[in-house]
Amino acid sequence: MGFLDIDNVTKSYGAVEVLHRVDISVEEGEFLVLVGPSGCGKSTLLNMIAGLEGITSGEIKIKDRVMNGVHPSKRNIAMVFQSYALYPNMTVGQNITFGLEMHGTPKEERDKAMKEVAQLLQIEPLLTRKPGQLSGGQRQRVAMGRALVRNPDVFLFDEPLSNLDAKLRVDMRTEIKKLHQRLGTTIVYVTHDQIEAMTLSTRIAVMYDGYVQQLGTPKEIYDSPANLFVATFMGSPAMNVLPAKLVERNGALHAVLTGAEGQEIALRIENAPAAYQSYKDADVFLGIRPEAITDPEGADRNARNIQGFTNGVTVTEPAGADTFVTMTLSGKDCIARMRADADVHPGQPFEFAVNMDKAVLFDPKTEERIG
Amino acid sequence: MAVASSDTAIRTSRITRAFIYLFLLLFALFYLLPFGIMLVNSLKPLSEITGGNMIALPREWTIEPWLSAWSTAQIGVQPTGLRPYFINSLMMAIPAVILSTVVGALNGYVLTKWRFRGDTIIFGMLLFSCFIPFQIVLIPMARILGILQIAGTTPGLIMVHFVYGIGFTTLYFRNYYAAFPTELVRAAQIDGAGFFQIFWRIMLPSSGPIIAVSFIWQFTNIWNDFLFGASFASGDAAPMTVALNNLVNSSTGVREYNVHFAGAIMAAAPTLLVYIVAGRYFVRGLMAGSVKG
Repeated sequence: MGFLDIDNVTKSYGAVEVLHRVDISVEEGEFLVLVGPSGCGKSTLLNMIAGLEGITSGEIKIKDRVMNGVHPSKRNIAMVFQSYALYPNMTVGQNITFGLEMHGTPKEERDKAMKEVAQLLQIEPLLTRKPGQLSGGQRQRVAMGRALVRNPDVFLFDEPLSNLDAKLRVDMRTEIKKLHQRLGTTIVYVTHDQIEAMTLSTRIAVMYDGYVQQLGTPKEIYDSPANLFVATFMGSPAMNVLPAKLVERNGALHAVLTGAEGQEIALRIENAPAAYQSYKDADVFLGIRPEAITDPEGADRNARNIQGFTNGVTVTEPAGADTFVTMTLSGKDCIARMRADADVHPGQPFEFAVNMDKAVLFDPKTEERIG
Repeated sequence: MAVASSDTAIRTSRITRAFIYLFLLLFALFYLLPFGIMLVNSLKPLSEITGGNMIALPREWTIEPWLSAWSTAQIGVQPTGLRPYFINSLMMAIPAVILSTVVGALNGYVLTKWRFRGDTIIFGMLLFSCFIPFQIVLIPMARILGILQIAGTTPGLIMVHFVYGIGFTTLYFRNYYAAFPTELVRAAQIDGAGFFQIFWRIMLPSSGPIIAVSFIWQFTNIWNDFLFGASFASGDAAPMTVALNNLVNSSTGVREYNVHFAGAIMAAAPTLLVYIVAGRYFVRGLMAGSVKG
């Protein structure tokens, strides 16, 4: 039993099922991020936790209390909306205390709670202003203050940073993370930004097409994606997915690729999971993160299985901290992430090093990870 | 300091500009002419009108026609002046305007923020009521007023205008609230506000422009209505428009045109006043309601 239990929950609109048997259990103090592209059902799920949308089947429980049919205000949750949803006719102070007022909290307590929250979020000078007189970042703080003041069991965030400009977004991201570390509250956070998901969460649920594709810690999601969708959705630049053939040579499995000039590139796989054996001599997809392909000097020193190969370079893209190198492997563009000062030139062959510890294989038909 | 230029693409010389303004001024005067004539003649003794030029300014200024129209002129058979009927109209228009605006606002709120099965059909039917001609309503309405025993009274007229106005006010408020962010309603729900608390504390404070639109539209229509007034409120309960007609059509004695002019201005004054006071909100509210909705 978790703190927040989403138990076999589905959602249908008429005959169309938009959310299929979602099963997530959130512990107290966890930061769960629901991430996925538009229309994957993540906001619907959040609204169902909030009680703004009905549950077609299954149960949502907070602290072991079944929430199906319970009014949003009686679930002891607070929500931060994408548009902030500050009441335009009230001052910041009134916005923050409106919920307490509706719950019949006496005026002195409301003012005390408001002062504490305002201090925590450093919005004391703004308390008498109207939302229309605030900047985007200030509105964001007020919206968080309105949620915090209620001292809820679960915080719900619905893409709270997507209306901010890039720099402010990074600042507020850190702010939310700090707040979570300080207060240790349970948070469910919806976003379509995979970087937000990776940086903020203690666990991620990657959603697509109404299904939870994978639920796990950021490291699990990143290193061992359950399927091709998760592999390519999480991470930027996306994971390279290359058609390969799995063959056995000298008693070890190798993933065989084709280089830019048609040459064969065989990458040895060590400590292969047992499941790989059944794909011997079959076609697979080899998944390699761009940072796992480097120049030999830049390779990870802790890696146990580094394989080298030589291939032609198509394009180099210096990005300041890194240089992205594009080459052709098995007919696909493959991106490698190099040190900024790596000596790579387009049109010339280059010796690459692949950290095969980090490589994963996918079944081409089911698109599931093998092993 | 840079100031936004008022130049148009076409260069205009001073002379062209002068012509444009002259032209505009002439048109403005032309449109003001009827009101001017009414005002001028309401301040003349009757002899100056019958004996001379309608457009000329009074030789002898007098407010006698105004006093007469207000309190002593013959309306039908009673020499009461227009005052009791002016009060009738106020007693009718103000409650009818407030009632229809409140119900329209509630309808708009429910139809946009508390959607239910068949809500578009209900809205369609309400919308349809805007297009029903007055004449079709007359006989069924007379029957209903009879059953309710409020035929021929001011409360009866209030009900007629209230019911007839709901379609228009619902249309205004629904379009306005369609552009009102639903997230605010959801946030208030999570905060624990109920149906009426959300309406009262969140929706209404942001509805100023559309309330002005509804108020002006309803007030002008109800105040200026003649058909319902003449059909459903006879005698002492008649509204101002009907009384004005009775004043002008009184068949005894001489026709006191100066008194008629004064009475007509009195009948038009409240709507004029409402436009002057709230007119700018009218345009603003109409834009907000229609363009964004």
